[in-house]
Amino acid sequence: MTTTGGMLDSEQSEFAIEEFLALEQTKDLLRFSTAGSVDDGKSTLIGRLLYDSRNVYEDQVRAVTGTRVGQKHGVIDFAQLTDGLRAEREQGITIDVAYRYFSTQRRKFIIADTPGHEQYTRNMATGASTADLAIILIDARKGILTQSRRHAYIASLLGIRHLVAAVNKMDLVEFSEEVYRSIEGELEELVASFGRAKLVTIPVSALDGDNVVEASERMPWYTGPTLLEHLEAVPVWKEEASQALRLPVQRVIRPDQNYRGFAGQIAAGTVRKGDVVAVLPSGQSSRIASITTFHGDLDEASAPLSIAVTLEDELDISRGDVLVDATRLPQQSSSLEASLVWFDGDRLETHKPYLLKHGAQTVSARVSRVLHRTNIQTVTAEAVSSLAMNDIGVVQVELIRPIFFDAYEENRASGSFILIDPVTNATVAAGMIRGGLQAAGSGDVARQKAGVIFAEDDSMAAAVESILLAEGWPVVTTCVQDEQLLRALLSLRVAVIVRATGGDGLNLNGLNVLHVSDFVGQDGAVEDGDAAAAVVDALRNWSGVAGQKGDGR
Amino acid sequence: MGSSATLEMVVPSAAKLSHLQMLEAESIHIFREVASEFQKPVMLYSIGKDSSVMLRLAQKAFFPGPIPFPLLHVDTGYKFNEMITFRDEQAASLGLDLRVWRNEQALADGANPVRLGTQRCCGLLKTTALLDGLRAHGFDAAFGGARRDEEKSRAKERIFSFRDRAGQWDPKNQRPEVWNHYNGRISPGESIRVFPLSNWTELDIWHYILLEEIPIVPLYFAKERRMIVRADSLIPVEQTFVHGLPGEEQWVRSRLRSLGCSPCTGAIRSDADTIPKIIAELVSFRSSERANRVIDHDQDGSMEIKKREGYF
Repeated sequence: MTTTGGMLDSEQSEFAIEEFLALEQTKDLLRFSTAGSVDDGKSTLIGRLLYDSRNVYEDQVRAVTGTRVGQKHGVIDFAQLTDGLRAEREQGITIDVAYRYFSTQRRKFIIADTPGHEQYTRNMATGASTADLAIILIDARKGILTQSRRHAYIASLLGIRHLVAAVNKMDLVEFSEEVYRSIEGELEELVASFGRAKLVTIPVSALDGDNVVEASERMPWYTGPTLLEHLEAVPVWKEEASQALRLPVQRVIRPDQNYRGFAGQIAAGTVRKGDVVAVLPSGQSSRIASITTFHGDLDEASAPLSIAVTLEDELDISRGDVLVDATRLPQQSSSLEASLVWFDGDRLETHKPYLLKHGAQTVSARVSRVLHRTNIQTVTAEAVSSLAMNDIGVVQVELIRPIFFDAYEENRASGSFILIDPVTNATVAAGMIRGGLQAAGSGDVARQKAGVIFAEDDSMAAAVESILLAEGWPVVTTCVQDEQLLRALLSLRVAVIVRATGGDGLNLNGLNVLHVSDFVGQDGAVEDGDAAAAVVDALRNWSGVAGQKGDGR
Repeated sequence: MGSSATLEMVVPSAAKLSHLQMLEAESIHIFREVASEFQKPVMLYSIGKDSSVMLRLAQKAFFPGPIPFPLLHVDTGYKFNEMITFRDEQAASLGLDLRVWRNEQALADGANPVRLGTQRCCGLLKTTALLDGLRAHGFDAAFGGARRDEEKSRAKERIFSFRDRAGQWDPKNQRPEVWNHYNGRISPGESIRVFPLSNWTELDIWHYILLEEIPIVPLYFAKERRMIVRADSLIPVEQTFVHGLPGEEQWVRSRLRSLGCSPCTGAIRSDADTIPKIIAELVSFRSSERANRVIDHDQDGSMEIKKREGYF
């Protein structure tokens, strides 16, 4: 925005600007949301934060100085710095998510400023969906109201790890430590009950600026950080980069016959040149041949960068497929349990077809059952048969085909989805996947890897088969050594046990082939059972590379 | 272009991404999503610095392939000559599919801001021309370079902004936008405006132009220019219907902070003739960049009214 630190003037030398830019370039980005009710002073707090950190232009200040009827001339109305649309200025309330930008010497910030009114739960969820941190406004005179509880709950539900409770209007309770401590204690208990978010509580007066940017002299008993100090210091969530790779393919880039790149934004993890990746849903795998960018190839790239990769093998991959870490596969299911925030004016209808958009794919889906609704006043579960606008609940979703996902708690990008009404095209709900539900007989195919196991010894074959069956793998046992047949069986993602020594003369390039004899000790001292377990381990951990010529299509 | 010898984009690493890398990744994701989900997308190209950044991001999104959609310039007929020259050079050197649309009827009828006032003039030459141009080509998604930090009504704009059959925007009926799951479904005749630069600030734009060495129109750089000097305002002398009172026309060392139509875009006195100097000037400024646009201040909340009518 503007006066980052407010240090520069127009006579500044080129040398100083280079320094400024070097500093500017090291800044990272923190996204935070704010929630508070109409009278909590939220807009005033944000206006104060922008003004005191010198992120407001003079013409903007002039525009909101003494403009309201009956207002004292020359007094800055901080709330008006952030209240945008005419409709809401007329009503005097904020009705939609507004995004604000500011920066300090340390960091850039994006604020999702969300209205706190009960009917705007959906806006609060929207703002929280991309936030690393949430500020919850509490009026010191009123303490924790049901709405504070709601705000904390929604922030936790949307997976925000850092919560800040700004206890505002401390000037109106005579800066009482007792009042503050009692609110603080109650909040800590509340937030702990919602999960693993970390809470920091700060006493402030947004109107006068106490503990917003500058430490308050009127609350010497408070020794913690000011709001801005905390925002600058809180660690930005970087777990994504070390998680298992998830790269949803948004688009195949194919300018000519020599280049075929799979483009997408890395949802989680790090991709490196030479890594083995599995392609879902086909289950084929290959190695990363290159990571392409406009400025040249990279050796590695992490979430959330947008990149394109090429593979060593020619696989049939299209939009909606996902490239994943071949050793840490996501879950797969066509039946999900998920939390929903219902957005639409029309109520949720069970068994009505909706479109579920997850990553780069859109799948037809139905909500088969509403398990419960969360009463956001009391944060307790209620039995209901449907959800209405601004309701939050847990449902079962049935998809016409399986999707690959992670639980939202583990991965926001691959654990979230939206529901779209195919008739009105409205975005009707936001969903957070809690887990897959096992449909009878479907199994967790994604976790299993197909492979051919040659076992000349009948008792070894039986031992391997029984371990595989016990772990729920589909298994076929055959004596036929036929390349076509084996490839066809593997494409069904089953483990194939061939009762023969062979494989000689068969072209099984790129397939996962194991010979039990390799696992039996030289002296025959190893028990059959141990050898069989070792075979299954090898099968499970196989991260081989698919063969050429499009096998297994 | 300014000197950028000591600055380069930081190599992406798992350890820490800079805010510009985060913004770039988000924008590229948006470009790819729209190009994949819509039948006939177009990029609205206004020739200014934001369009220049948008163009570079589009190149990056589809690299090593070409940009898979055309660019549309809505030409009011009153753009600076230097802008048009720059536009045509860019299109030629990058091999862009550039389309130009003008409201020829209104121009033939003599529409100009002096005769009609800025509101009616913008309505005909910008808003009407834009809607007609989109309709004539059948574009179903249009990228625009608007940023949320520009103006208060834009702070609430979605990244995918739904427009009805008349091309209009209803601020009370926007689709909720969660995570990065964009809903681009529309019925025939409806369209989506897409803002890949939503989360960029003016400083981010300039910083990115510097690091990426993105070409921009020379009007952004200070030099001696012929201006009508009236109180605090500098009005560029370019159109025949714009003329000053005796003594008002002077040579002034100046530059433009944002580009629009020459009669309605004020210049500022400046010595900033490199990008680092422009950034130094920017961080010391005391007014927001649109403050020099005559049209935004017609009436309170004027940008919101224009947007409801279909203006970008």
